Amino acid sequence: MDPLLLARAQFAANMSFHILFPTISIALGWTLLFMRLRWLKTHDDAWLAAYRFWTKVFALSFALGVVSGITMSFQFGTNWPGYMERVGDIAGPLLGYEVLTAFFLEASFLGIMLFGHGRVSERVHLVSTFLVAFGTTISAFWILCLDSWMQTPVGYEIVDGVFHVTSWPAILTNPSFPYRLAHMLIASALTVSFLLAGLSAWQVLRGKTNASTPKAMRLGLTLAAVLVPIQILVGDAHGLNTLEHQPQKIAAMEGVWHTEKGAPLLLFAWPNEREQRNELAIGVPRGASLILRHDPDAEIRGLDEFPDAHPPVKPLFFGFRVMVGTGMLMLLSAWLGLWLLRRRGWAPAALPRPVLRLLAAMTFSGWLATLAGWYVTEIGRQPFIVYGLVRTAEVASRVPPGKIAASFALYLALYGTLIVAYVGVVRYMAGKPPEQAPATPQSGEAVADVVGAAS
Amino acid sequence: MSFDNMLPIIFMVIMGLAMLTYVVLDGYDLGVGLLMPRATLAQKDTMIASIGPFWDANETWLVLGVGLLLIAFPKAHGMVLGALYLPVAFMLIGLILRGVAFDFRVKAQDVHKRGWNRAFAAGSALASVSQGWMLGRYVTGLQDGWRFDAFAAVIAVTLPAAYALLGACWLILKTEDELQERAIGWAKKAWPLVVLGIAAISLATPLVSATVRERWFQMPEFIALLPIPLTSAIALLGLRGLLNSHRIRGKLCGLPFALLVLVFVLGFFGLAYSIYPFVVIDQLTIWQAASSPAALKVILAGVAVAVPAIAAYTVLAYRVFGGKATALSYA
Ligand code: HDD
Ligand code: HEM
Ligand code: HEM
Repeated sequence: MDPLLLARAQFAANMSFHILFPTISIALGWTLLFMRLRWLKTHDDAWLAAYRFWTKVFALSFALGVVSGITMSFQFGTNWPGYMERVGDIAGPLLGYEVLTAFFLEASFLGIMLFGHGRVSERVHLVSTFLVAFGTTISAFWILCLDSWMQTPVGYEIVDGVFHVTSWPAILTNPSFPYRLAHMLIASALTVSFLLAGLSAWQVLRGKTNASTPKAMRLGLTLAAVLVPIQILVGDAHGLNTLEHQPQKIAAMEGVWHTEKGAPLLLFAWPNEREQRNELAIGVPRGASLILRHDPDAEIRGLDEFPDAHPPVKPLFFGFRVMVGTGMLMLLSAWLGLWLLRRRGWAPAALPRPVLRLLAAMTFSGWLATLAGWYVTEIGRQPFIVYGLVRTAEVASRVPPGKIAASFALYLALYGTLIVAYVGVVRYMAGKPPEQAPATPQSGEAVADVVGAAS
Repeated sequence: MSFDNMLPIIFMVIMGLAMLTYVVLDGYDLGVGLLMPRATLAQKDTMIASIGPFWDANETWLVLGVGLLLIAFPKAHGMVLGALYLPVAFMLIGLILRGVAFDFRVKAQDVHKRGWNRAFAAGSALASVSQGWMLGRYVTGLQDGWRFDAFAAVIAVTLPAAYALLGACWLILKTEDELQERAIGWAKKAWPLVVLGIAAISLATPLVSATVRERWFQMPEFIALLPIPLTSAIALLGLRGLLNSHRIRGKLCGLPFALLVLVFVLGFFGLAYSIYPFVVIDQLTIWQAASSPAALKVILAGVAVAVPAIAAYTVLAYRVFGGKATALSYA
């Protein structure tokens, strides 16, 4: 098999596995801080129960994020050795600052956040929780800055094929970065809100609710109801920005083969790469022009303007529809769920069973939309690794394909097992009765024996 | 020498120190993992509790070390990791298994707990053996041939033994009573393996590498360098003597660990001396491999601010969780 294709597939598999867990850790860290603060304020033990349960989910997700992230930091060198030699002056400092400012911060304070009760004061503990959440967010800042720079490079000059920095401020504010950062952080918050609501719904369906269930359900649905519309607006703005800087990506997402005026918004189609046309197309006439240019007759540039320099169409076309479709489903279920929950006095058990089933089915919908979105973004950059400037093939490794294939197979087997184990354990923990509340809440007594019996 | 020319040296030093810190810190974690199968169920919990709050930060030093290799010496990163592609993959799989098993084992159903305990030990073993193998291949300049493979194989068993010894010393420091007693026993068993391994490596290195031979066996350098092996030998003997003394059960419980860390540090300096000024011995000097001075300066500014802060919160974490390990709990 083609070593380039293998290397890409392997990188994509590792990256896809990694991103699942940051997506949860980033927003869940802030959520835990919120739950803890609510409990300190209200002294309602339901918040404490919620805090305890979701801390376990957090610890597990964080561990998976860390180990898969360590894999990622090796992947750059093993899969794209030419990458650093060409753009190291830009990628190096960004990756370096991520390690120095974010990774050590989160990793060092994680211990205190998870196990520090009773050893440090409540204040130091809150600060530690804050620093962990803050660390995950800064980490997203640096890595997304780099990824965005690869999509919309600015602030560089090329001397003998090697990139040199001409302006750090320009790099740190590269055109797609604000949109990508906002879109990703909201994606993380949405993933967590559907996890909260979905798992709570599942608890109700199984008759395994506890004091924390109503809190988690209400928090999740409220967050989702507020954030989905914002995400849609940000996504729209993101798309307009992409149209400006990476028109062929948009052409592939919308299935526009030939430059046309008044392009339709395709709801469904089967792109035919060889004949350069869409089969079975169902669309809203002039819709794409209207959405992208805010003018029904505007011209959308087609793929034919970018010979040999446009991404494959099918993954982008369908990836984009999966993301947007999931977003619409999220809107529907969050608003419906919240409205009904409010009408039924905030009691999850009073929700109609079909609605509970819908929410339970949406538990991991954030993962689906996030992965689909990243595929659109990353595959949409092909055949370039730095958009318009460096082709992926130029920087690929010369490792024999057999070795790549062997390690790829091992990673896949491991990741498959771990995802199953992760979802299984989260379910298992959600089905267990919560731990007893401690006699004196602040005493720091060992309440839930984390390393003790798996009770 | 101009500042621009010194930058690669500065980064070699920082990277080396990050790697050394990683080997010592994650070394005791991995060592505890290696010893796990020998402990009872209850002891396993205490052993994990002794590393629980630290392992994540410990592993981050690897990210920093490899990150610096990537960003400061990109050519060497490609060459080293390309040549060690499969061992790197095995190490990563080991680290993944170890890291997740640690969390899963307390959250999974009882029937699965045993499996995660095994995964924890197996992951630790896989990671340590791969690291040893990689170190061996690296020291011989990534050359191919049975002599080099044999050399790497010796390190691939010595490093896990050294980690096990370090893990046992950590447990002597962090635990009491019966577990501490067993840790002393484990240390006694690991000690001869480590000594044998170090002796074999010390004899074999000059044989497999002409560069190293010239570095060490030349007058007057030989005399000047003598303190390194001598101090290591004394530290190792002292460590063995301590294992028979009842005082390590009390006040001196940290001394075996400290002595062994000293041996690691000296070994590191010996290695650094053998390799300098190469990043990949005989193939690539640090100046050939380094990034541009402009990029290095930007990173150096970050290092200068961040590393003291990192040191401060590392100290904080070790103080918060100082003393003997007790059961961990989220609360
Ligand atoms: C949008 C967010 C995001 C993205 C796109 C990435 N990461 Fe990540 N990464 C995080 C967000 C994050 C995080 C939230 O900071 C993590 C995840 C969970 C965690 O525990 O920390 C993390 C952990 C993490 C770690 C372990 C840190 C530690 O020891 O604590 C490493 C080495 C990496 N990542 C490396 C990478 C690389 C090389 C990436 C790109 C190719 C990458 N990550 C993409
Ligand atoms: C976080 C979620 C991410 C996901 C799910 C993801 C997914 C992918 C996928 C699917 C590919 C393969 C595309 C193809 O070859 O067709 C890819 C390639 C790549 N991505 Fe990402 N990516 C993510 C983030 C990042 C970030 C943050 C960076 C850099 C800072 C990055 C750098 C790269 C590089 C270097 C390649 C390889 C070259 C290429 O194929 O373009 N990715 N990624
Ligand atoms: C429903 C309306 C949405 C629209 C119009 C939209 C739009 C977009 C566009 C245009 C991109 C590609 C940007 C580029 O590559 O240049 C993108 C990427 C992405 N989307 Fe969405 N999106 C929507 C909903 C969602 C939802 C609900 C989620 C997750 C919960 C999500 C997560 C992502 C992620 C993670 C990426 C990749 C990172 C990035 O490039 O920002 N999106 N989105």
